[in-house]
Amino acid sequence: MLLEFRDVDTYYGDLHVLKQVNYSIDNGEIVCLLGGNASGKSTTMKTIMGVVRPKRGSVVFDGEPIEQLPTSERVRRGIAPVLEARRLFPRMTVYENLEMGAYLRQPGPELEEDIERVYELFPRVKERRSQLAGTLSGGEQQMVAIGRALMARPRLICMDEPSMGLAPIFVEQTFEIIQEINRRGTTIFMVEQNANMALTVAHRAYVLQTGQVVLSGSAKELRENPLIREAYLGEMQVAH
Amino acid sequence: MSETTLVTQQVINGLSLGGMYALLALGFTLVYGIIELINFAHFNVFMIGSFIGMWVLQAFGLSGQSVLLTGLPLIGALLAALVVSMFGSGVLGVAIEKYTLRPLRGATGSAGGTIGMITTIGVSYILFNVILLGFGADTKNFPNPLPTIRFHVEGANLDLRVILIWVVSIVLMVGLWLFVQKSRLGKAMRAVAQDAEAARMMGVDVDRAIIMAFFWGSALAGAAGLIFGLYYNFTSFLIGYTAGLRAFTAAVLGGIGNIPGAMLGGLIIGLIESLGGQFIAVKWTDVIIFAILVFVLVLKPTGLLGTMAPSKS
Repeated sequence: MLLEFRDVDTYYGDLHVLKQVNYSIDNGEIVCLLGGNASGKSTTMKTIMGVVRPKRGSVVFDGEPIEQLPTSERVRRGIAPVLEARRLFPRMTVYENLEMGAYLRQPGPELEEDIERVYELFPRVKERRSQLAGTLSGGEQQMVAIGRALMARPRLICMDEPSMGLAPIFVEQTFEIIQEINRRGTTIFMVEQNANMALTVAHRAYVLQTGQVVLSGSAKELRENPLIREAYLGEMQVAH
Repeated sequence: MSETTLVTQQVINGLSLGGMYALLALGFTLVYGIIELINFAHFNVFMIGSFIGMWVLQAFGLSGQSVLLTGLPLIGALLAALVVSMFGSGVLGVAIEKYTLRPLRGATGSAGGTIGMITTIGVSYILFNVILLGFGADTKNFPNPLPTIRFHVEGANLDLRVILIWVVSIVLMVGLWLFVQKSRLGKAMRAVAQDAEAARMMGVDVDRAIIMAFFWGSALAGAAGLIFGLYYNFTSFLIGYTAGLRAFTAAVLGGIGNIPGAMLGGLIIGLIESLGGQFIAVKWTDVIIFAILVFVLVLKPTGLLGTMAPSKS
């Protein structure tokens, strides 16, 4: 088990956002978290990264509770985020953004090799390396955001809405990359609105509704679940 | 004196003042850039930096116009004054952030907004009154330990003192630029300035980055305080408001939050002050400065080189 939520309750002030939530994510999996607006998806990501702390319950990473640890320590232990809407540093170059991803690592030849590896994965990022990140297109920014997460050499990447705001061609490309990264050994936990795509690449999924897990299972099962078809997949088909 | 000589002389004076304003403006810009706070305490950190510089020079037995030391001992005394006033001011800036501003900040590291700004005004008054009550309201003679060595350019005087001020200003500005652009900590500061939450999620210690901005911003104010004393040969509890306000204007003019902008704004304000004082009238200096500020801000609200919108979404 790489990441586990054990009866996690998270609040914003008086607002009870996550209610006794349990997740468990195995090494090597792609797990997807589905849910509507205000269901607690982003709060889940923030609870993992330590931006908000749970009031009750435990977040366990690699066998150890991490819910009291500061964000930097979680990054050091191998959790890296791909944030909602990319959140690159807009007035830093693409190269500097990649460097920031490796902020807690020792500078050295290994780091350069990892940057080369990102360039290999995304040749477009190499072309843009001296450009300011804020001048890139949404699709290019997504590549840099994923590259930046990889620079931390994470064991787990948490992705918040990787397809948001991307042109369809980039959405497809992003999910291909997610699978590729997973094949190379990184576990992925992602929040996604595009259920259709997410359930195609994920191994398993959880469905969150107003802060509670209402459904979970293998991606295949969920794709065939009538509730999911109506609430998420049907919606997507209309949208296309 | 011919017109050319006058202009040359005032450009020389303006560049010295400009260097001082630029150093001071950098402190406003560093702090604003990172937590979107206008730090009014910065005015009087500069003033105290000037006092610290004076005390260090006095500790070397230097006072008034005395040329007691020459050669290496003199350079040593000046360097000591520079380092101690920078360090002292830097520590003061960090203390202000740690004890008065940090408690106001939310867990996300965003600024205390208006509350933070009002707090810095309060802190500014405290610093002002500590010096006023502790050391009196009289103007203090600032030691002028440099031998009068004078070069002539187009008939204008170029003192050794002025060259020294230029060298110190340029070295500090280039140093800051390299620190912010190239060092790991400098990059972390820029990352926090652009997106604090994202920087935190890369593992950056946001509080430490903010402290660095206060330390270096205040240290540069300390250097500017020493330069003020050496340039005008006096210091007083009042200098924070006169010079501080112009430096703040320089930061806004150049584009607050933008480092080259603060440098450019400082030089422009310095040149306006000296050339305007010569060719229009000293009493109009502030009017001219603020008229130009308003004019620039109407045309380009982010300042000359600025990119920061008034508030982030």
